[in-house]
Formats: sequence, C-alpha cells, structure tokens
Amino acid sequence: MSATTRVIGEVLLKVEGINLSFGGVRALSEVSFDIRKGEIRAIIGPNGAGKSSMLNCINGFYHPQQGSITYKGQPRRQMRPHEAAAQGIARTFQNIALFRGMSTLDNIMTGRLLKMKQNFLMQALYWGPAQREEIAHREHVEKIIDFLEIQAIRKVPVGRLPYGLQKRVELGRALAAEPELLLLDEPMAGMNVEEKEDMCRFVLDVNEEFGTTIALIEHDMGVVMDISDRVVVLDYGRKIADGTPDEVRADQNVIDAYLGVAH
Amino acid sequence: MNNAKPAGGRRDSRVDTFPKLLLRNADIFAGRPAVREKDYGIWQTWSWTESLANVREIAGGLAALGLSRGDKIALVGDNRPHLYWSICAAQSLGAIPVPVYQDSVADEMSFVIDHAEVRIAIAEDQEQVDKLLQIRAKHPRLATIIYKDPRGMRHYAEPGLVGLAELQARGSEYAAANPEFFEIEVAKGKGSDVSVMLYTSGTTGQPKGVMLSYDNVLVTAENAIEFDHLTDQDEILAYLPMAWVGDHIFSYAESYVAGFCVACPESGATVMTDLKEIGPTFFFAPPRIFENILTQVSIRMDDAGWIKRKMFQFFMTHARRAGIAILDGKRVSLVDRFLYWLGGILVYGPLKNVLGLTRMRLGYTAGEAIGPDIFDFYRSLGLNLKQLYGMTETSVFICMQPDGQIKPDTVGIAAPDVEIKIADSGEVLVKSPGVFLNYFKNDKATAETKTPDGWVHTGDAGFFDHDGHLKIIDRAKDVGRLKDGTLFAPKYIENKLKFFSYIKEAVAFGDKHDHVATFINIDLDAVGNWAERQGISYASYQELAAKPEVYELIQSCVEQVNRDLATDEKLAASQIKRFLILHKELDADDGELTRTRKVRRSFVGQRFASLIEALYSGAARAHISTEVTFEDGRKGKIEADLAIREARCVPPTGATALKKAS
Repeated sequence: MSATTRVIGEVLLKVEGINLSFGGVRALSEVSFDIRKGEIRAIIGPNGAGKSSMLNCINGFYHPQQGSITYKGQPRRQMRPHEAAAQGIARTFQNIALFRGMSTLDNIMTGRLLKMKQNFLMQALYWGPAQREEIAHREHVEKIIDFLEIQAIRKVPVGRLPYGLQKRVELGRALAAEPELLLLDEPMAGMNVEEKEDMCRFVLDVNEEFGTTIALIEHDMGVVMDISDRVVVLDYGRKIADGTPDEVRADQNVIDAYLGVAH
Repeated sequence: MNNAKPAGGRRDSRVDTFPKLLLRNADIFAGRPAVREKDYGIWQTWSWTESLANVREIAGGLAALGLSRGDKIALVGDNRPHLYWSICAAQSLGAIPVPVYQDSVADEMSFVIDHAEVRIAIAEDQEQVDKLLQIRAKHPRLATIIYKDPRGMRHYAEPGLVGLAELQARGSEYAAANPEFFEIEVAKGKGSDVSVMLYTSGTTGQPKGVMLSYDNVLVTAENAIEFDHLTDQDEILAYLPMAWVGDHIFSYAESYVAGFCVACPESGATVMTDLKEIGPTFFFAPPRIFENILTQVSIRMDDAGWIKRKMFQFFMTHARRAGIAILDGKRVSLVDRFLYWLGGILVYGPLKNVLGLTRMRLGYTAGEAIGPDIFDFYRSLGLNLKQLYGMTETSVFICMQPDGQIKPDTVGIAAPDVEIKIADSGEVLVKSPGVFLNYFKNDKATAETKTPDGWVHTGDAGFFDHDGHLKIIDRAKDVGRLKDGTLFAPKYIENKLKFFSYIKEAVAFGDKHDHVATFINIDLDAVGNWAERQGISYASYQELAAKPEVYELIQSCVEQVNRDLATDEKLAASQIKRFLILHKELDADDGELTRTRKVRRSFVGQRFASLIEALYSGAARAHISTEVTFEDGRKGKIEADLAIREARCVPPTGATALKKAS
C-alpha cells in the first residue's frame, strides 16, 4: 500500500567466522553475515540452531573463541554488555527480564540509566540539575509510552501485566536507551495472533519512525518473512542461507531444515 | 477569572450557531479553560481564545482545500480537542460535520461515508486512515483525508493525504491572505441551517443520518443547562463516541453554550484514571458503566479486611436510609444527619475520591434502565445522579428528572418545551424544539418516524404514573404476548436479570411461545471473583460459563426474578421457565449488539436459532457453532455444547393476591 522510501545504509555490524563452543558443544561454527544501517534483519532457525547464542555474541554476553565482530567500523573480539549498551546496542530477552515489582514507567525509566549524568546524591535529593534531568528523561519515556500505546498501564507493576504487554514494556525499555541497533530475542514468542500483529506493527514503526536498525530472532517463519528486509537462517550452529525473504523461502536447505529431510 | 456570566440566561438571538458562540466565548471567557487533553502523561489545556485560534486555522485550511457550504465532512477518532475544533471549523464554513463511530468495522463506516456524500475526512491516526483509504478505493468521492497523528504515515504516498499540522499551517496562510474570512463566513450561518448529521447505530437495517439544525441543538442545550443549573465553572469528561448524540450535546453543544471545560482522556483504556484526575462536576455514563463501577467496588470490598467491610456495610446501610432523603432536601433527624456526616468522613468521601466523583454535581444516565439498587447506591452517596430519556431524533432531551423528585423506575417529567402524548398502541410520541429536520436521503424513514405536524414516534412503550412521571417498559415493537395471551415485555424481564451483578446481558424470548426462556451472559469480573472465592478454577470465559456451579448461581438469580414477576399483576405469567448461559459474550463486532451496546434481538434470534429451538424443545443440552469477527475483520469459529436448565416458577402472588383479599 505504501511506497517504501526507507534508506538502507552502509554496513553497521559485521560478524565474520564466528566459532562458539561450550565445552564440547559447538553452538556456532563459521557464521558470517552483516547488518546494514536502517534495515530489519532477521535471524531464524529451528530450536537450538544457535540464534540466541549469536545475539549474545553481538551484545557481549558470550565471547566467541574465534572470529571477529566489527561494529561501526571498529573490530572487536571481547566486549562487555555495558560497553555494547554504551555504544548504542539495546536488546530484549526471550524470557522477559523486567523488574516485576516496579511499574511500567519505572521499568522504562531504567532504560535511560546510561543517559543520566547527575550523581547519586543529587538524584537522591532531586534537586536542581538532577530534577531538570529527570524531567527531560521522563518526557522521553512518555513519548515511548505514547508510541507503544501503553498509557493505561503506566503505573501498574509489571508483574501484574499479561505476557504480551510485558513484552511491549521490555521493548519500551530497550527503546528508552535510544539504540542504534536493537536486538530483539523472539519478540513474538508465546503471543496470540493479534498480539503478534501488534508487535509487528511496533517493530516496523520503530524502524520507520526512529530509523533504528533491528536484528530480530524468531522461529516462526511466517511473521518474520513479512517484516524483514533480509534473513539469515541458522541450523545446528551453521549458516545455511542468507538473503531476502523470497530467496530464503525458496532455498532447498531451508526447506529441509524446517520440514526435515529423509536421510 | 472572568466575572461575566451569561450562561443559563436566554439566548441572544444573534448568537444562533456554534461558531458564533465560540467567538462570544473567546470574548467573555477568554483565558478560561475550554478544553483539556492528557498527552504524554500531562494534562494540556487550551483556553477559549486558543480554541478559537485553532478553529480559525483549521477552518482556513479547510477553506483552502475547497470545502464549501453544504459539503459533508467526516470525523473519525476518539474524543480529541482537534476533532471538536474540526466540527466547529466545518460549521463556521457552513459545511456539515458527520462524526463517525471510530470503532465500527470497515463496512459500516463505508456505508456512512458513502451515504453522507463525504468529500473530506479528518481522522485521528494511521489505523483510521487505513480504513478510510480502503473506503476511498470504493467511493472515490472522498478526495481528502486529514490525519492528526503523523506516526506511521511518513511513507504513505497516496494523493490527498494531509497532516493536520500542515492543514493548520495552510490555514494560517489562508487567513493572512484573506483577513476576516472567518468572521465573514461565520456571519453567513443562521439558526435554521443544518448543524450536524448524526448516524443512528440502528437496531435494525442500515444506519440513518439524522439532520439536526442549530436551532434544534442550541435550544435543547440551553433548556437543559437551565433545568440542571450548569455554569461555566463545570467540567465534563468526554469519553463516549463523538458520533453519539449524547456526546455531541453534552461535550460540544452544552460546553459552547454554558462555557464549561471539556476534558479528553488519554486513551479509551485510561478513562477511569483520567476520571479520577479530572474529577468532573458533570458526568454522563450509560447504566452499564455505573454498574461496572459498583461491581468493582463490591469486589474490592469483598476482598477487604473485616473492619473495613463492616464499616462499609454499616455506613452504606445508613446512606440508603438517610442519604437519598438528605439529597432530596427532605426532613431528616439530627442523629441521622450526624451519622451521615460521620460516614462522609469515613466512607463516602474516600469512596467518591477513589471513583473520581468527589466533585460530581450532576450525573446523567440513559440508554437503558438502571437497576434501582445501583441508582440508589450513587444517590445515597450524595451524588445527584439522574435518569434521562431521549433519542437522537429529538436532540436527546425528552424527559428529565427535576431535583428532589427522582424515582428509580421512571424517567421523570417532560423536559422544558417538550410535549409528550401516549398513542393508543402505548407508544410514546414527542414534539419539541429539538425534533430533527429529516433523515438524510431517506424520506420513507422520515415519514415513518415524524408526522407532518412534528410529532416523533419514539418506538418506546410507556405510560405516565400518578405524579406525571413517564415510565418506559420496552420497545413498542418488542412487547409481545405468550400463547395464552399474557403480556410479554422482554426488556422488562432482561433488565430485572441484569440488575444482578453476575449477569451482564440477557435476552428473553416468549412472544407466541408457551413460556418465557432466556439466554444469559455472565459478567466475567463478578462471576470470576465469585468463582475464585469458591475455589472454582477456569481458563476461559467459555469454560467458566459452562460450570455447573455457575449455573446454580444464575439459577438462583433467575428464580429471584420469577418471585419478583409473580407480584406484578400484568406480567406474573411471564416468568422464566428455561434458560441457558451463552458460551460467548455478545459483541458489537459480531453484530449482536449495536455500537451503543444494545442487544439486536432479531439478529441474535437468527444467529442462535438452534439454541432457541432447544430451549422450547425440552432438550437438556444444545450444540452451537458460531462465527466470530475480530476487530480487523478476520473471522474465527467457536463451538460449544450448552446445558439448559429449568427454573422454578412461582404462582402469582403479591398485588393480585392482595387485591383479591381486600
């Protein structure tokens, strides 16, 4: 319906020859692909294919034994999660990792942590510059609340929310960090059709409105094919296909991996 | 604050349209708040002067787009200041605003847009724009779509899409190039012009476009303001659909006439929070909302500690005894007054505060009958809740309840300047200054509803009681008879059922049958909480509805209704003999309810024909498979096997028996 005028820029992140093993288990072997600025890049594959491991490598949770990750032209091997965050990488988790006793608003506010400059004492006293800073951050958070249409649950403790909404709050917290690269780990897992559609809409809107580059993991092919620009397919830790949704859909290796093949 | 207080006074006959009223208000109320909206978590306020500036800009933009006198302009969205301004902007150019139900499915909206010959539509956001674009593909007359919220709209390349901010910018340019255009255009309007076209949701057939003139709307609004003493100091929360006549009268017409402030909630889901923050002095809600609030209170009190519960029970019992009398200005003993005062501090005050009704001076409820218990609950708290009887075709007001003479089972006396008569068939006929001009492009329906001398057929059956208060029993066409000739008023029975908090909706059958049988929809909140306390587990609405324990619970309600009916002389024989609990909630998206959430009886009858058959066949169970529609138009299917229960009937007692005895 709409004519796409989105600009896909140069390579933002590049992974080359990643090998990751836990003891004797090979989680990833020789995986290489890139993510371009402004695109929605999906990483798909059956259960246990190494998708989450790949994401964990990108944001520094895991350190691959071999291979290199180049982010914004800077090659790196070892990076800690907080360094990744400081460089503009934010993520959500497969199993929601929110502060269950805190309200939606406070949870999203924690996403602003890295942007807060005032020291602890000033913040505790809520005085002068600390107060101004908090007001500015609150304004930003309110924009996210508006964007994700969660005004009604602003002050509700997250633990009391249904699963689909918790996922949305988690997305909100990731957005609060104003990331350049947003990693979404199965944002639609466990959702019903309507919730999935809402989430797709939000992912597309984030990409369009803020120009955020998005890498998302899904094992449900259907959803991903509709919204992503390019898709990487992993199976048993190996990359078996990479390309546009149409190319991937027609790829024999992918069909075999998903439907099984007689040996 | 401005000391000028023109509100409540008779109208200056030169100020006979809403744009003229706006100019007046910007003059006399100037900096006082006209409209508020909660945006990004903060209440934003616009004064009358700022409202005028916005209306001027939107009008300029619309003029630049070529909107001319008599054109129709559709408004699609939640209650937003910009949409209210757009109504006034359209009116100032002599165009006719057509607010559309924003949650209606594409087919319904499509009919209205096409039938009303809409050329320009103003939508709230992308969701509405998408619907309108679909409609435009079929009805290309809709040339321009204006949207308020630019989110997600950046990459739409379709022609004729204009952002509201851009429209207002164009409007300022237009105003700069054509100074005084606004005043000149406004001056051209007159009281007899069509001010607004409102489509009735229609329990049967296609919606009809009711055309109301400025005189209709203004005179009724003025009368109502005078009757209930509204002033520019009042405040209202606008949360009901803008396409509904009530919202148009209360949140637009009365606000412009009296000069009070209208607050728009942040979103549909935040209304209860916003209500608490704004604390409106004038509050309208259909009975089901008052019911929901009371259900919530009851649930929370059931869960409260022993002391709180006892205190609540004691003071509420006292309030029911003394509170209503105090509100009605009757004589009450000093002890009762003291206890009521104490209750005010301990219970009523905090409760009203929690509900956001602390400042409420005037509350209206209409659309359906309200349960006497519910009605008394609010009145006993000292909230001046009143019933109202009206319809779109009469610019709302037909009957109103005067202070001090409020009864739960009647709708009050004729509103100012309204004449009422009862036809031989029992139907209520009305003649008033608010009677509509005609239905748009539907002379047949106009002739059926409005007599040449201006009487409107309300379609309701009712009668006056000995105090001259009107009592409505049912839709005239729905009143039927059982095979033995007993009068059968389905709504009357359904309302009695719905007064139980466990029952959300009921549909009674009986016309031309041997006995009365009903469908019941349980209230998920109330029954769910009850089930929790009973230790009954359930996973879904469908499962809960089918539990034998729930059937027992509902059966006790049904039998209580039968005992009530037994005391009524005319309706004693129309007791409920068999009933079943439906497996799904009746829903407007499935066409079972109207957009204002009234049951579409004939449609429900057709859709669940197999269940009705089972109710009258004596079977103990019935199987049903129904199609359901989701909001985006996709369809799904649910199947269920429902139990049918027999309820005990009571031999006629009470009135009849007493009469025989005397």
